[in-house]
Amino acid sequence: MGFFIETMLGGLMTGMLYSLVALGFVLIFKASGVFNFAQGAMVLVAALAMARFSEWSNAALGGDSLFLANVIGIIGAGAVMFLVAWAVERFVLRKLVNQEGATLLMVTLGIAYVLEGLGQTFFGSEIYSINVGMPKDPVIMFEGLVEGGVMINKEDFIAAALAAVLVGGLTIFFQKTAIGRALRAVADDHQAAQSVGIPLNKTWVIVWCVAGLVALVAGIIWGSKMGVQFSIVTVALRALPVVILGGLTSVPGAIVGGLIIGVGEKLSEVYLGPFVGGGIEIWFAYVMALIVLLFRPQGLFGEKIINRV
Amino acid sequence: MFYRENGQFKTSYAADQQIFTIAQDKWFVWGLIAFAALAVPMLADEYMFRAILIPFLVLSLAALGVNLLVGYCGQITLGAGAFMAIGAYAAYNFMVRIDGMPLILAMLLGGAAAAAFGILFGIPSLRVRGLYLAVATLAAQFLCDWAFLRIGWFTNYSSSGSVSVAKLEVLGWVVDSPVEKYLFCLAFVVVFAVIAKNLTRAAIGRQWMAIRDMDVAAEVIGIRPMFAKLSAFAVSSFFVGVAGALWGFVYLGSWEPAAFSVDRSFQLLFMVIIGGMGSIMGSFFGAAFIVVLPIFLNQFLPFLGSLVGISVSTAGVSHAEFIIFGSLIIFFLIVEPHGLARLWSIAKQKLRLWPFPH
Repeated sequence: MGFFIETMLGGLMTGMLYSLVALGFVLIFKASGVFNFAQGAMVLVAALAMARFSEWSNAALGGDSLFLANVIGIIGAGAVMFLVAWAVERFVLRKLVNQEGATLLMVTLGIAYVLEGLGQTFFGSEIYSINVGMPKDPVIMFEGLVEGGVMINKEDFIAAALAAVLVGGLTIFFQKTAIGRALRAVADDHQAAQSVGIPLNKTWVIVWCVAGLVALVAGIIWGSKMGVQFSIVTVALRALPVVILGGLTSVPGAIVGGLIIGVGEKLSEVYLGPFVGGGIEIWFAYVMALIVLLFRPQGLFGEKIINRV
Repeated sequence: MFYRENGQFKTSYAADQQIFTIAQDKWFVWGLIAFAALAVPMLADEYMFRAILIPFLVLSLAALGVNLLVGYCGQITLGAGAFMAIGAYAAYNFMVRIDGMPLILAMLLGGAAAAAFGILFGIPSLRVRGLYLAVATLAAQFLCDWAFLRIGWFTNYSSSGSVSVAKLEVLGWVVDSPVEKYLFCLAFVVVFAVIAKNLTRAAIGRQWMAIRDMDVAAEVIGIRPMFAKLSAFAVSSFFVGVAGALWGFVYLGSWEPAAFSVDRSFQLLFMVIIGGMGSIMGSFFGAAFIVVLPIFLNQFLPFLGSLVGISVSTAGVSHAEFIIFGSLIIFFLIVEPHGLARLWSIAKQKLRLWPFPH
């Protein structure tokens, strides 16, 4: 029983990371109708920038203030993400207004290549570490409930709390602020939004920035758990079934979908994997998404898809 | 002037229904095939065959298959690599498990196996479309990656996980030198390109295009979406499967599941979009672009670096390749969203009037 809960909690933690990446997908899709395959590359660039900026500033400061170095790192990485958002809007999206979905999808793959190349050219292609001072030691919990208790990393708790704060902040941002309202208006109808005076271009920069910040948070959590390296880009492919499961247009869907996929992956790997030879994590998530698709084509929380002639 | 249809009258139905109704087109294509079959084997060296021509031919066949599905029927797929893998492994198993299996039959059976799986993974297309469908096909990709890696039966319990075909022999003709391999691939590509061209002109191709343009409207005028979509999946997967068998048997010789990873699927989709969706010619342009570009960059960048006095490291080259490749994709999609095939048809239009534009 203890093992089962441990596995499940581990799954929830992974799922939360997926949720963060999926959130980036959903934000951009809602606001511009672009499915952003470059989200994985953005996580990579953000994590690389964070790791390197804090490393450099740590060296410059003489290594006595880790906190300051991390703040500089976060600010630097944030600036990089802003630059990325601005460049994407200025040089790519602006020229592709009114193109088909497939073209936009391909363009984000192109952006992903460029970001991967640029990020590694500027920040190097080794394995780097991010140290934001998260405690690594495990704690034993629920000793009263199950025999022997359940072992959990403190780090995972902090990460989960951080993600929850982020999601809460985003919800408030979307629901309560003027910019958030503008973003929702653009998501509903580009033309209508434009005709009431919402600048599309600026809105897109903002939404790519927000997605960049989400990528930064995902990058920091992922990087401090497992180190920053190129393979981080594959997280985009891991998070894809999450958005499909939760619905492409739904923020809560991304969160719930991420948790379901995370838990499903871990449980299937542990309890089903040994019978079929292991390594089933990745396709299991996709098959789960596929089954949901067959019954609910719009995902669990997505808006119903209506076909008009 | 060079591309003028004046004076070419069609006096019979047969003349009206030819693939190329304009004589220049016909002679150009015949000339191209003759050049590829006769002149290229004499001109190209071994490196050209191995590194450029054979992969180009095989990948254009695969791109052709993907184009039938994506370009003509409008169903996005990110699982093309999986169907290549199914084609390759099925053909391999037919070769290994049945004594005296003819090579070409094994490849076609490999294609048929891919077609069967194509129908299976095409079923979600009846319910979902666009991006959701792309994800459904990605499921096929990851499932196949896993199955060929973990299930020993498919690889005939080979200990290293890689499989190979000993000898390629067609009716006593042993295909082993690069030139022969090239000609073997060329024959496949020409035959399949003709089949694809004719399919798209026939009733079934028109059904696909109707579904692509507006599926609800197509349904209303009496096209069965289930038949049209699943047939597109089947035919496309058949092409891709045969290409996969060629890729494994002829180009790679011995291969592992990684040869057909998700990157391959993306690459094929790139070829179709850069080449031109819904164009047979476009598949070839796209394949040529994607095959040649990395090789070109690999050769050219160190040279450029030495010109300006910077020695470019291997890692630097591979990063620069990423950047330039991505930028070119973005650039092409911005300036010509309809692909290289559109440039081709614009060029033909210009040639029609040149040098007297009025």
